[in-house]
Order: sequence, then structure tokens, then C-alpha cells
Amino acid sequence: MIVLLLFLVPLVGGLLLFFIKNDTAVRWWSLLVSLIVLFLSIASNVFLKSTDQLNFSAPWMGSLGSSFSLKLDGLSQVLTLLTAVSYPIILLATWKTAYRKSNNFFALMLLTQAGLMGVFTATDALLFYFFWELALIPVYFLCSGWGHERRIPVTFKFFVYTFTASVVMLVGILYLYFQTPDRSFSMQSFYALKLPATVQSWLFWILFIAFAVKMPVFPFHTWQPDTYEQSPTAATMVLSGIMVKMGLFGLIRWVWPIFPGAFHAWGDVTMSMGLIGVIYASLIAIQQDDLKRLIAYSSIAHMGIMVMATFSESAIGMQGVFIQMFNHGINIIGLWIVVELIERQFGTRKLSELGGLAQKAPALATLLVIVALGNVALPLTNGFIGEFLMFNGIWSSNTANAHRIIFTVGALISIILSAVYTLNMIKKIFFGNTNTITEQAHDAYLNEKVVLGILAVIIVVLGVYPQPLLNLGNSFVEVLMKEVNVANLIVK
Amino acid sequence: MNALLFSAVSGVIMMFSGFMLKSNAAIRTLAHILLLVVITVNILELRGITFFNIDTKGLLVFDRFALLFTLVASICTLAFFLLSSKDMERVGSNYPDYFALLFFVLCGVVISASFKSLLMLFLGIEVLSIPLYILTGSDKRNLKSNEASLKYFLMGSFSTGLMLMGIAFVYGATGTFKTGIPLGFEPGQVPVLMTAGMMLLLFSMSFKVSASPFHFWTPDVYDGAPTVFTSFMATVVKAAGFIAFMRLFNDLFGSIQFQWKLLVAIIAAATLFIGNLTAVFQQSVKRMLAYSSISQAGFMVLAVYALNDDAREGLILYTAAYSLATIGIFGLLTKMNDYTFDGFNGFAKQQPVLAVTMVIFLLSLAGIPLTAGFLSKFYMLRATINGGSIWLAVFAVLMAAISVYYYFRLIQAMYFKDGTGNAGMQLSTSFKYTMVVLAAVTILLGIFPNLLINWLYF
Repeated sequence: MIVLLLFLVPLVGGLLLFFIKNDTAVRWWSLLVSLIVLFLSIASNVFLKSTDQLNFSAPWMGSLGSSFSLKLDGLSQVLTLLTAVSYPIILLATWKTAYRKSNNFFALMLLTQAGLMGVFTATDALLFYFFWELALIPVYFLCSGWGHERRIPVTFKFFVYTFTASVVMLVGILYLYFQTPDRSFSMQSFYALKLPATVQSWLFWILFIAFAVKMPVFPFHTWQPDTYEQSPTAATMVLSGIMVKMGLFGLIRWVWPIFPGAFHAWGDVTMSMGLIGVIYASLIAIQQDDLKRLIAYSSIAHMGIMVMATFSESAIGMQGVFIQMFNHGINIIGLWIVVELIERQFGTRKLSELGGLAQKAPALATLLVIVALGNVALPLTNGFIGEFLMFNGIWSSNTANAHRIIFTVGALISIILSAVYTLNMIKKIFFGNTNTITEQAHDAYLNEKVVLGILAVIIVVLGVYPQPLLNLGNSFVEVLMKEVNVANLIVK
Repeated sequence: MNALLFSAVSGVIMMFSGFMLKSNAAIRTLAHILLLVVITVNILELRGITFFNIDTKGLLVFDRFALLFTLVASICTLAFFLLSSKDMERVGSNYPDYFALLFFVLCGVVISASFKSLLMLFLGIEVLSIPLYILTGSDKRNLKSNEASLKYFLMGSFSTGLMLMGIAFVYGATGTFKTGIPLGFEPGQVPVLMTAGMMLLLFSMSFKVSASPFHFWTPDVYDGAPTVFTSFMATVVKAAGFIAFMRLFNDLFGSIQFQWKLLVAIIAAATLFIGNLTAVFQQSVKRMLAYSSISQAGFMVLAVYALNDDAREGLILYTAAYSLATIGIFGLLTKMNDYTFDGFNGFAKQQPVLAVTMVIFLLSLAGIPLTAGFLSKFYMLRATINGGSIWLAVFAVLMAAISVYYYFRLIQAMYFKDGTGNAGMQLSTSFKYTMVVLAAVTILLGIFPNLLINWLYF
């Protein structure tokens, strides 16, 4: 039941927002809704853990073999938690940003949240596809309605990219549906399928590309830096913090257990794609002068490592991905908040035009450094645990046995590169001398300090004591590995 | 049977109503009432109540499929009346005659949805087409309208000729006009006459539904005809053509699928390709909709290709979804002075409610989930994959992805560009309500398709 509420509360709350006109009321209402969702999500993790609460199923479009079934397992729990935690943070951080027609803006934000919650909990392939699009449409309107000057063509490119990939995915889903003996879209029937190797191969690619566009994996990433740059920052936070995880989630939930054979067989190709993306995006990030583009490329690099770890097919790598999905969301939202602050104050995002902020805004500087260190994966920050586990996974991978040294070394180099661009960014923003633009700078406002403070606490606490997240992941990874191994044995 | 007789009588009444009723408002009201009667008697027949017991000698069969489509068509006509009947006044002075012709078209729709004999197919298609030739040219002082009418008439008669020839050949091969009887031809032993007749019928039906490569008349005719009538032609009439197409190939040629399956697949792929690619380059929304109607036809040809239960259910849903959305968009278009994409700039600021309904219609045409358009495309894909061709399905969705480009261009113009192209438009409240209801139905069918499809069985 609670899983249904996770989806319904933002949906209804968002729809109601279209009818509220007062700007302050709109903001408080959306904050209230997102806090309720956060409460529900925590409740589902802590004390409402009976299967009754975590599962929901109702008949829907019976003649199509589809049902409205949602479920919270370890994987969905960590991602719904991420969504639920991020929203109040995003709303608070952009509290002072003015939007025209703010009711529509926040309504679309909440509708996106509803879509995301649906994507992460659906256990019916058709329902999953519905939510996948439901999350996409509001983001399209958010970015083209409230973005920067080149927003229309850029957002459109993003939309066409993802839409094309997702309709092709729909054909894949339909094909799978016809293979199930009982003609159903349910996850269990899909998992029980035993497809011949060639069929697995091309279905794998159909679905993989749909998810790869979303993550994005090289060479499907070209929409991403432009979209992040041109979108309103609140939407960028949703896109980069949560939505990119949709792709990874799809890979883990809807690709791996269904096509374990192809997943294994193509593992070295996809890992190479991930590795190329990691190195390439890191090198470009070093060159960037625009803050938003820098963080966008850094996000591609981080996603690349997660893809590599997923395809390593090892339990420990999977644990790493699991933790990193959450942590990467937290860290990157922190970085975007700083970008938002800087852009609103100085009207520029160019690193070359900033400098010396540490003297003017010490609190902001301290908090950003913590977030940035998390992004670099320094020990005792949350980034470290995830990355460490992932490298471990890539090293002990059985997919890329022959090349695992290359993959691991490549992934490790990315850490160095990420330190280069992140620390360079900090240096250029905060140190050096103030110039005419940064002369009049003031420190972060209270709401921003609070938000960044919360993020910093999460980053440090999860860096020192990641056990709760590990526990959440443990049982899920166990089940997943069992599922995949059994399937693998049958195929072989 | 109910709907057929009532709409024929309604047509006659409307013809003479011009003598009795002097005000246009009265004529309009009469037409609405008559159409409501047609819908009511049709629903009654769906529920098993017929008023007439006429022996058609097996020429017409009013099964649930035919009746349900008649219902969809007449409700779409009602939506069309509600949105656009006032705009017909501007076309010319023969206001009551337009309604009469529309009712006659509806007769043709009913016949071509329920024929069981090739003669009736021919009759239905002709009753459907001839009033349309007139309506296309009804803007008498407009050169483009005249040209469109002549073009439509010439091409239409040519394809009718092909159809007659095809019927004659099929008669020569089978010795009967009846459809739905087993033919008993083995692969490799189908007589040449039968194959030739099948091809001719395939081509003439493709012409009627503007499937490629027989679509060349469509953009010019749709563009030249008065916009109100384009709306009707592109929706109800085209949908009826598809129902007839499917019925013909299901009943008559169903047993010799090996002869035409590949051909229909090629027609479907070509229609999707040409319709979508050409629509991308249009500057006028009206022409864009003409090409979009071709590309949507490509999807409906998939139903003829697959010919299974999914295809039957899907075609009904598709015609409903496509017609509702297109009638809605055309309904607004007729009110505008500027038909280009730029004319829609800033529309969302002037008419926020209508802009939302337009977005819903466009999303439905593009096939975005939660709209009827998505589910109807979904049914078509399912039918195609079930019919054994996954590549055709992949091709179709790629083309659907292209269609997003031109549908979203309109959304972008309305929401994200500034302009006052059509400011000061006078729109009545009832128009707005009708649009909202149409949009609501589009969403409702997108979530609960069984509301419509269950009528096929219960």
C-alpha cells in the first residue's frame, strides 16, 4: 500500500498545483508534498516493512495481460529513497529562484517525481514503459519552458533521442511478451524466459540502447551536456541526480536477469564503451570553462564507471553500483546547488570570470569542498566506498577476464582525472584574487546553508558508516546473483 | 440497419429543411438532433434492438464490428458537428445541403463497414465518395477548392474503375460476389484472374485510404478543400475506408494471405516512410496534418497486414483515437486565420485551456503513453509482432519517433515562442467545452481502452 502512496502523493499533489496561483503557497505546497513523500519513503525502509505494505497489485487493462503492480525491493528502495531525499533538497535549494508561472513549474516537477517513483517500483513491463514516458514528458516541458536561450532545440534533441530509444524498447518488450507462455508483461514471467542466444543478443541491444541513451553511455551521450547546460537548474538536478539512474536501474532490473547470456557475452563490448566514456568525458571536463558543462561531463564519467561495474557481473561490484547510485545522486545535486548559487549571484558560470570567493563566502566554500571531495571519492566521504567496491568488482570480473587489468587501470585513472577537474574547479572559483564580478559577493543564504549542510552530513556519515546502505543492498544483490546464475546455467 | 436507414432519411430531411427553416441556427439544431437520433438507434441496435427487419439477402451483415465502427464514426461526426458546424456557414450559401451531404457520407460509411458482397462494397465506397467530391468543391469561388475537387474526382473515378475491374476479375475466378466464403485455393494454384483482381482491389483501396504509393492526391485535395470538410474527410471517411479495406481482405482474401502479405507490408512501410518524412518539411499546419494523416494511415495498414483479433480491436481503437484528435486540431484550425506553424506562436498565452487540449491531441497522435493514440499504436504493434513481422514493427516505431518532430513543433510554437498571430480570435464557450471533453475522452481511452473494445464482445 505504501508503495502506491509513493506514486500517488506526488501525482495528486502535482495535479492540484496547477490550480494554485499564489507563488508562496505553491512553494510551500510542493515542499509539503515532497516532505510527505520523504516520510513515506523512510517509513517504508524503517517500520512498515511487511510485504503487504511493499507490494501493490491491481488489475489493469486485463485483456492486454498487464497489471498495475508495484513492488519495493532493495533496488527500488534505494532509488525511491534517493528520489524522496532529493526533492525537498532541490526545492529548498531553489527556494529563492524566481520562476514565471511557478505553479506550472512545480506541478511538472512533482509529476516527474511521480513518474520516477513509478519507474523504480513497477514490476510490470508495460507499466514500466508508461512510467518511463510519464517521467520524460514533464521534464521536456520543464526544460523547454524555463531553460536558457538555446533551450528549445536542445531539449528537443534530448526528447527525440530518448523517445526514439524508448519506442524501440517497447518493441522489445512486446516481443518478450509474445515469448511468455501465459502472455503476460509481469517481471516474473520475463525472468522465467529461456531465450536462445541469438534472440537474446539482439533484444539485449534493443533494450540496452534505450537505457544507454538515458544514462548516458558513450556514444549516446551527445544530448546530455547541452541539456544540462540549458535546463533550469532545478530540472538539471532531477535529470542528473535521479533520472540518469533510470537507465542503470533498467539495466539491472530489465536487462540482466532477462538476457543473462547476452549480458555476459557482450560484457566486454559494453565495458569498453563505458571505459571510453569515462576517459573521454574526464578529459573534456578538464577543458571546460563552463561550470555546468564541467559537471555534466563529470557525470558521464561517473556513470561510465557504474556501467563497467554492472557489467563485471560480480556481487561486490554490484554492491558498489548500488551504493554509488545513491551517493552520486547526493553529490551531484550538491554541486548543482553551488552552480545555482553562483549563477544567480554573478550571472555567469564561466570559471575564468570567477575567483576569490573563499574570502567572501567562507561557509559556501567549506561546504562545496566537502561535496567536491565526495565527488572525487576521497576516503571518509561517501564516494569512496562505492568507487572502491566497484573497482574491486571490475578487477574480480569474470566477464572481461582477459582485459580486466586494462579496465581496472582505466577506471582508476579516471579517479585521478576527476581530482584534476574538481580541484581545478574549486581553485578557480574560491581561491585567487577577487575581480570586479566577485567583489560584491555575499555568503549563502540560510536555506542554502541548511541544504548544503544536510548534504555534507549525509556525505560524511555515509562515508564513515555506510552499513545501512550496504545492508539494504545485500539481500537484493544476493537474490539477483542467484537469479542470474541460475539463468546462466540453464543457457549454458 | 437502424443507422443506415435513419441517416439516409436524415439526409433527405436536411435537403428539404432549407425550404422550411429560414435561420441557420435552426438548421444546425435540426442536424444535431437527427445525428443524435442516428447515434441512439445505433446504440440500440448494438444492444439488440432493431426497428426494421429487412432481408438484405446476405448483402449486408450488421455484426458487432460493423455496428461498433458505425458508432465510433457517428460519434466522431457529432464531435465534428459540435466543433465545426458553425464554420460551414462561411464556406458557401447552401448551408442545409452540406449537412445533407454529410449524412449521405455517413450512409456510405455504414454500408462500407458492413458489406458482405463486393457489390455492396462498391456501392458503399461510391456513396461515400460522391458527396465528398461535391463538398471538396463547395467553396465555389476559390480556385484551389475547384482544382482540388476536380483532381479528387478524376483520381477517384479512376480508382473506382480499378475497383470495378478487380471485382469483375474476382467474380470471374470465384463465380460469386459474396465475401466470407471459403475459397479453397492452395498456394501455387490461385488462378491468375483471382490474383489480378486482388491486386486491383488492393490498389483501389490503397487509393481510398491514401496509402503510398497511391497517396499523391491527398495533400492537394486536403489542402484545397474547405478546412471544415478536410477535417471530416481526413477522419471519419478515411477510417471507414480502412474498415472496408480490412473487411475485404479478411473475408475475401483471408485464405490467400501468402499472395498479398508481402505487398501489404511494403505498402505499410512505404506509407509510413513517405508520410512521416514529408510531413517534417511542411510549413502549413493544414498540409502537415494532411501528411500526418498519410503516416497514420501507414499504421492502420498494419492492421490489414496482421488480420488478427488484436488488429480488429486495434483498428477500432485507432480510428477512434485518430479521429478524435484530428477533429479537435482541425476544429481549432478552422477558427484561425493563419495556417502556418508561426500562426500558433504564443497561442498558449492567449488560450491556455485550448492549448492544453491541443497538446493532448498532439501527444495522442504522436503516440505518447496515457493517451488513446499510444494504446492504438500499441495494439497495432502487438498485432504486427503477433503476425510474425518484428522488423515491420521496429520500422513503424522508428517512423513514429520521426512523427514526434512535427507534432512537437506545434507544441513548441504554442508554448515556447512569442507571437500574436491569431490574437482576438472569437471562440465560444461551447467550443471550448467540446474540446475539453474530446481531450478527456482521449485520455480516458488511453487508460481504459476496454471501455470501447468491450463493446465488440458484450
